[in-house]
Amino acid sequence: MNRRKIIEERVFRILSAIATYSLVATLAFIIILIFVKGFNALSWDMVVKTPKGGYYYGGEGGVLNAIVGSLYISIGAILIAALIGIPAALYINVHLARYKRTQNAIRYILDALWGVPSIVYGAFGFALMLFLGMNASLLAGIITVALLILPIVVRTFDEVLCTIPKGLHEATLALGSTRAEMAFKIIFKQGFPGLITALLLAFGRGIGDAASVLFTAGYTDLIPTNLDEPAATLPLAIFFQLSSPIPEVRERAFAAAAILTIIILIISLIARFLSKMYSKTNLK
Amino acid sequence: MLYSRKAIDRVSSIWMIVSISIIVLLPIIIGVGLYIKASPLLELKSLGQLLGSTTWLPNDEEFGFLPFILGSLYVTLISFCLAVPVCLLSAIYLTQFSSKRFMQFMHPVIDILAGLPSVIYGVWGIIVIVPFISNHVAPFFGVKSSGYTILAGGIVLAIMCIPYILNMLIEVFNTIPTGLKEASLSLGATFWEMVKHVVIRRGGAGIISAFGLGIAKAFGETMAVMMVVGNMVQIRFSLFDAGYPLTALIANNYGEMLSIPMYDSALMFAALLLFVIILLINLVFRYFIYKTKSNE
Repeated sequence: MNRRKIIEERVFRILSAIATYSLVATLAFIIILIFVKGFNALSWDMVVKTPKGGYYYGGEGGVLNAIVGSLYISIGAILIAALIGIPAALYINVHLARYKRTQNAIRYILDALWGVPSIVYGAFGFALMLFLGMNASLLAGIITVALLILPIVVRTFDEVLCTIPKGLHEATLALGSTRAEMAFKIIFKQGFPGLITALLLAFGRGIGDAASVLFTAGYTDLIPTNLDEPAATLPLAIFFQLSSPIPEVRERAFAAAAILTIIILIISLIARFLSKMYSKTNLK
Repeated sequence: MLYSRKAIDRVSSIWMIVSISIIVLLPIIIGVGLYIKASPLLELKSLGQLLGSTTWLPNDEEFGFLPFILGSLYVTLISFCLAVPVCLLSAIYLTQFSSKRFMQFMHPVIDILAGLPSVIYGVWGIIVIVPFISNHVAPFFGVKSSGYTILAGGIVLAIMCIPYILNMLIEVFNTIPTGLKEASLSLGATFWEMVKHVVIRRGGAGIISAFGLGIAKAFGETMAVMMVVGNMVQIRFSLFDAGYPLTALIANNYGEMLSIPMYDSALMFAALLLFVIILLINLVFRYFIYKTKSNE
């Protein structure tokens, strides 16, 4: 009896350790493979040139159009999402502080929205675009991605705001501040590291998402100069080039994938670093 | 002075209320928007016809969604079977067996895995999983296959969902009171027995919810699956055949959408279907989680 117990314990300890270490191995495998494959084709031209004529048959050029397009779309989307998301999160934590039920109901809706897949946002963005009479453009892409990352921004920011001690709320109000002053001068400041994390997380999600911009942003070889022009995005550039039968073009898809991975890794590192740096000065 | 402070307060309140209303109404707006776009198709055919038919001939206005729904379900099922044991075991390892430092090391690993875009997983699937299946796995079972199969879709999807489910499981396991675990250990249980009888039983609702949300995530995943699953309209139940999930249907056909009558409606109907299914799954399991959280 005792022996069986010990063996069972051993077996499951080992199994669970294997499961965990294999996750680490998978991450390392994915990233190393993307880099090894990508750096073969990666050159300075890839990053600083737009596609020239014959690019899709193996000719000269790079994916600058997609890099810039992706950055435009995700930065625009972050701005819109911040403009709507910050006051929404503050509202949940300042004005609704006494209404626990409403708070929870809103969080419930936000969590459910977070789970909605990006292709649905893409399809909805397309419907909205037709409704407003727009063409596939930078602006349509920005709006769609903004909707996609809105629940992420609000929920992540809110998660930090609700850890702020109640005493701080009461102290602020007792000193005679209005709710707006309390929200923006005190609560916002306390939650600032959380906001940075939230925005960077959303930025990473926005820049990597392909399904939502597939319908709405279009694709072009040029760098967009206006909001109503179509814009290329990095994930779509990878996707389109990978479906090409020509080996050189496929190689470039790997290079573009390496660029995207580097961008994502940098964002994640910055988010970690900033949230560590800012949270030092916070009240606990 | 007081007047201007009050005015600012008023303006900020209005701004906040407008923002929060946009967010709260967003699910309804999305649902209604997709429904309006899909309604021409719903007027033409009944819901039963659309969901039950297997013929997909957009040029003849024949829209049967069954192959796509089954395709989605099949890929999701495979990924679920692959992801569940790994998630459960590593969540147990991380929260019960491993040291604090290892946990701290794993946090960024899980976060980075969760944050990689699905296109990257798709590229990885094409480089690694697809050739592996066509060169090794399929011949092993005596089947000829291109590698772009339901199995490849399931594997890639499983790897994508693991960090997502794992994060939720770790949260669930961390809420289990230490006192309960200590009580079990002091009664002479081994670590694994403690996990089996206390941790898993106590966290049951949370574990089921985490897996439920994982299913919803897998069901709605688009790019990675679309890149490796083969995309052929057929109902086959072999792991080594190509499938065609609902999400891939929408993403693949946006180009022709406006040139064939009713096609855009059909795709919007597919999006509506996805939206409703996933929102429902999310609402149900999130409700579970809130219930268990408020009980503590």
